[in-house]
Amino acid sequence: MKKLLLWVPLLVFAGLVALAVHGLYRPNDPTIRSALVGKPLPALTLEPMLPGKPGLALGENPGGAPRLVNVFASWCVPCIAEAPQLMRLKQAGVAIDAIAIRDTGPAIARFLAEHGDPYRRIGDDPRSAVQLALGSSGVPETFVIDAQGRIAMQHIGAITEGDVPRILAALEAAR
Amino acid sequence: MIAEAGLAALWLAAALALLQLVLAGLGLWMSRTSVRPELVEGSSFSSSVEQKNGASTSSARTGGGGSALTEEKAATAAQLIAGVRPVAIVQGLLAALSFVLLILLFIRSDMSVVLVAQNSHSAKPLMYKIAGAWGNHEGSMLLWVTVLAIAGGAIAIIERRLNEATLVATMAAQAAIALGFYAFLLIASNPFARLNPAAPEGAGLNPLLQDPGLAFHPPTLYFGYVGLSVAFSFAVGALVMRDVGPAFARAMRPWVLGAWIFLTIGITAGSYWAYYELGWGGWWFWDPVENASLMPWLAATALLHSVTVLATRDGLRSWTIMLAVVAFSMSMIGTFLVRSGILTSVHAFAVDPSRGSFILALLILYIGGALVLFGWRIGSVKQGSTFELVSREGGLIFNNLLLSVILGIVLIGTLYPIVAQAMGTQLSVGPPFFNKTTAPIALLLMLGMAVGPMIRWRRDEGKELIGRMTAPIGVALAGLVAVFVIAPDTAILPLLGLGFAFGLAVASVAPLWKRNLRRTPLFTYGMVVAHLGVAVSVAGMASEAAFTQEKLVAVRVGQVTEVGPYSVVLEGIRPAIGPNWSALEGRLRVQRGEATPFTMRPQSRFFSAPPTVTSEAAIETVFDGQLYTVLGQPDGEGRWQLRLWWKPFVTLIWLGGMLIGLGGLLSLIGRVVRERRIPIRMAAA
Repeated sequence: MKKLLLWVPLLVFAGLVALAVHGLYRPNDPTIRSALVGKPLPALTLEPMLPGKPGLALGENPGGAPRLVNVFASWCVPCIAEAPQLMRLKQAGVAIDAIAIRDTGPAIARFLAEHGDPYRRIGDDPRSAVQLALGSSGVPETFVIDAQGRIAMQHIGAITEGDVPRILAALEAAR
Repeated sequence: MIAEAGLAALWLAAALALLQLVLAGLGLWMSRTSVRPELVEGSSFSSSVEQKNGASTSSARTGGGGSALTEEKAATAAQLIAGVRPVAIVQGLLAALSFVLLILLFIRSDMSVVLVAQNSHSAKPLMYKIAGAWGNHEGSMLLWVTVLAIAGGAIAIIERRLNEATLVATMAAQAAIALGFYAFLLIASNPFARLNPAAPEGAGLNPLLQDPGLAFHPPTLYFGYVGLSVAFSFAVGALVMRDVGPAFARAMRPWVLGAWIFLTIGITAGSYWAYYELGWGGWWFWDPVENASLMPWLAATALLHSVTVLATRDGLRSWTIMLAVVAFSMSMIGTFLVRSGILTSVHAFAVDPSRGSFILALLILYIGGALVLFGWRIGSVKQGSTFELVSREGGLIFNNLLLSVILGIVLIGTLYPIVAQAMGTQLSVGPPFFNKTTAPIALLLMLGMAVGPMIRWRRDEGKELIGRMTAPIGVALAGLVAVFVIAPDTAILPLLGLGFAFGLAVASVAPLWKRNLRRTPLFTYGMVVAHLGVAVSVAGMASEAAFTQEKLVAVRVGQVTEVGPYSVVLEGIRPAIGPNWSALEGRLRVQRGEATPFTMRPQSRFFSAPPTVTSEAAIETVFDGQLYTVLGQPDGEGRWQLRLWWKPFVTLIWLGGMLIGLGGLLSLIGRVVRERRIPIRMAAA
């Protein structure tokens, strides 16, 4: 028994090494996750960005089904790259709400005219206040909201073609 | 040319480390196979080697030349072993030379060297150019290996008490450690790499690091870490030779003490640096990098006490060896965590998995190797003395257990985020966890510190002991009541902390009571001062936790704010210029009661290379605490943010830390003086 005890320190150390190896070779993920993932959306209201398109009350979900909340801006280059994927999602029947960050109505109108308009509602967030409240740190970012209004997933950066199936699966799972 | 010379010195030093290892290993092996079996004490390993060799030796003996062969072998072994010391000394000198050359490159702002171009700037004040040499990954690793090699050389010069074979094994272990770090420098992070074409100007040094505190904080800690490497090497040497006893403990103790003093000073200075430089008003944040220096300190503190038990009473043999291994392991694990990018921290070094893997490999080699050696050998080291529960030894074991528990908590708390990440969740473990878990144990530890020095070695009577404790217990209770009366809403932990601190202060000086103060050995004074330092430090921590007042306000010029006993008026904002920064400086008129008002000038500094803004707090130190002021941002409507803290008796934290270090220094001097005197007296007799 006492003999075995002498090897305990080595075992503990082996555990530490395993941990270190794992830490060292894990894919490096520097993204900042929102602390709200898994929690309900805050009940914030945003003014309409464009005439003729409703603004956004985050707590409300007119369709009742899972939806996306996309954080974007007309001055954001990756948002242009993301636009076709959002159109595809829209065509797949996904409801997409948008928060436009530090932007103006005319610029948004031009952006949508050029790259397509996948949005059901667009809220105006002139000082990024709502974006920060959501725990989002950049544009574009997309939140998958489940039917109960909780954040099911946070996608950081532009949605690429490869991301679309994952997002659709997350929407399906959030029903 | 300087860079090439530095690199060459480094290569040579590495080659000498290899030579040192080979000489020592070969010498020890040959002397073992040449010594007759009856001279080898209870060593299963060497006697089995003997048996293997026995056949050839006895066959040679029948030929008549056997003993001559053995003698010849012994002579060669002695020659090999005699070579170890000079090689170690020259290796230390070469490493030091290479480090001096690196500093020279920084002083000359030689932008054709990558490291200088990345970490220095020609406009930097000279002191920070020099500090720039170790304010980065490569330079700090070179400093580390330099201190390691110099320590190896110092063992070779100083150490005469230890059995020669154990000493040679120790120096072989030291060479093996150095070799790994030389390889790391030469292969993975060459500090002397050239940049072609040379950069026109350097990128600068992180302005946060541009402070006298930080210029000297890392070297101090490194002396501590590396001092522990010597203790580690001693432990390995003792395990290899199965020579664990009082003589070994006495040889190792000054090194442990020295390392511990440096760690104590380094941690204290680091804490004060973070306190005044980072501008958030806190003195300890349980940041992974802070923990990386605290863990070796905890292990070294335990080792310091257990090595005394081994030296005085020949007890705790395997435990002491284990602690020596753990203490240095904590230094290395700390280095690894800080440099591998596994942990995120405000001041971790650059993320680099390839370097991380290299250090990890060294970690596995050294720590794993030592632990294998431990498991394999320690069973055959004879058990030392056993002892009574109520005795000085018993008290020291109590101390060791509590220190180990705290060490375990800090280690778990530091690593837990990595474990959690491996499981797929992100979290951080912060001050609430560490404070809640360590504080109660620290209080128990204080109790042990108060009682321990009053117990006699071997055995003591519980009743008498309680008698001796009357005064400290009385003072502690009086202190508790006094604090409770003055500030009834003090939280429980700070309240207990203050009471225990009063009691411990009295108990610390009690060993001097009724003693002939002139004949009291210096190391007893050392213990008294160090323990008193802990009491002072804890009093500061508890007072800071219990009584700090904080104000965050936005004020216009002329507006009055109250914090603690002070009233503060923002008189104006004006620009200020330094050697390589410009700043906005707030002028605060501060008044305490009816006393004469004085001015404080917190700054918000802007550094241009690299562009960074830092807050330069203005701190006013008075006898009963500090007023800490930070200038924040303007709000665009004519108001300025001000952060004000009144921290009663906060300075005691660092005063106590310095007392602890001073106590260590007194003990070290006392030990060295006494242990030098004994052989002289013996020679005279």
